[in-house]
Amino acid sequence: MDAAHLSGRALVSTGAVLLERGRIETAWAVLARVEDPEIPVLSVLDLGLIRALEETGAGALRVAVSPTYTGCPATEVIRARVDAALTRAGLGPVEVYTVLAPAWSTDWITAEGRSKLTAYGIAPPTPHGSVVICPRCRSSDTELLSAFGSTPCKALHRCRACLEPFECFKCL
Amino acid sequence: MSTSAAGRTSTAGRTSTAGSTSTAGSTSTAGNTSTAGNTSAARLRYVLRIADLSLVLGQRLGEWVGHAPALEEDLGLANIALDLLGQARLLLAYGAELEGRGRSEDDLAFLRAPDEYLNPTLVEQPNGDFAQTIVRQVLIDAFQLALFEGLATSRDERLAGVAGKAVKETRYHLRYSADWLIRLGDGTEESHTRAQAALERLWPHTRELFEEDALDSDMAAAGIAPRLADLRAGWSAEIGRILAEATLQRPAERYHRWAGKRGEHGEHLGYLLAEMQWMQRTYPGARW
Repeated sequence: MDAAHLSGRALVSTGAVLLERGRIETAWAVLARVEDPEIPVLSVLDLGLIRALEETGAGALRVAVSPTYTGCPATEVIRARVDAALTRAGLGPVEVYTVLAPAWSTDWITAEGRSKLTAYGIAPPTPHGSVVICPRCRSSDTELLSAFGSTPCKALHRCRACLEPFECFKCL
Repeated sequence: MSTSAAGRTSTAGRTSTAGSTSTAGSTSTAGNTSTAGNTSAARLRYVLRIADLSLVLGQRLGEWVGHAPALEEDLGLANIALDLLGQARLLLAYGAELEGRGRSEDDLAFLRAPDEYLNPTLVEQPNGDFAQTIVRQVLIDAFQLALFEGLATSRDERLAGVAGKAVKETRYHLRYSADWLIRLGDGTEESHTRAQAALERLWPHTRELFEEDALDSDMAAAGIAPRLADLRAGWSAEIGRILAEATLQRPAERYHRWAGKRGEHGEHLGYLLAEMQWMQRTYPGARW
């Protein structure tokens, strides 16, 4: 399912890089290209979902993944994508496991992730009660339409200036 | 709760915490015998109480999908249901480990009888009209928020992990449900009347939430769960604040005979489970 962004060419170069840079460093580079299934402009690193990456004594690459929302169906897809991408890059055997504590927070979305969200048309998370800026026209004259949206992580807003509806990443 | 890959996606990998290994011998006594001592059977029973609350309420809210008064409310209730289902999965997976009999989270969800379900009766009450759904939601959101805040510092790492995540989601749920109750209560004469009627109907079921039995006491004494008596004041104050803003009257305390957390339910749970469990009961072991 993730083959699209790991072309044959990329695989070869990844393999070459592996020799020079070491397994962990290469794994981080691979993970930077694993997309979130719901918001494909963001990688799992942009979202702050990878909590630990280490080699076990038995030679496996262990990856700790934090779920966003407890019931988010994307969590399983993300785990599978992480596993597949690392295996495909020749970094296996891979063990992906879930960590719940400390609980994932939208504060863990990186600065780059936040700007990617805005460019994609989704307002990045802001604390409850604070002004949500329209990602299209940058107006602060916006209103909440629906506290829940098309995925567990988003709410629906509307800009009173440009009149466009837009999604906002819920602050968690 | 998909019947598909549920087993593989459990939260395994987290180093199994205290309890799961310690007293594995006492498996089959999970019944209503003495819960003295913090055995894994007792802990399983406690975990089922919290898990079943989330699962049954999630199933109830799911009934609104496609029927809610507006698209936004359809999305809202479905999203809350999804969060609840996520909590239930994590907790039931943990429960299955505590039980140690090779059953999965799906087995616990789909193959237990009504009297093995340990949710409080409040969450199995029918959706009724939108006011009744919202009143039920406010009452239970405020309770879950207090409970998860307490469990977030549990000595049981697994429970603390689930609760630490759930507390943030539950705070969001309560904001939604309280906002609606205020609008309904302080809205038209019709919406006010319906909200007050729902409150009168559901209020007796809230007593059970704070009635501490031997199992609750044991869990609190072991530092695994908060004391229910300690949660009551905060809950009551929060509900009082919301009702005041909604111009609704807090009902008088009345006798309540049900004890869902001991497996004694009203008639409604059986129908709910019949629908939820139909597929696994009809085609045992079906996967897709």
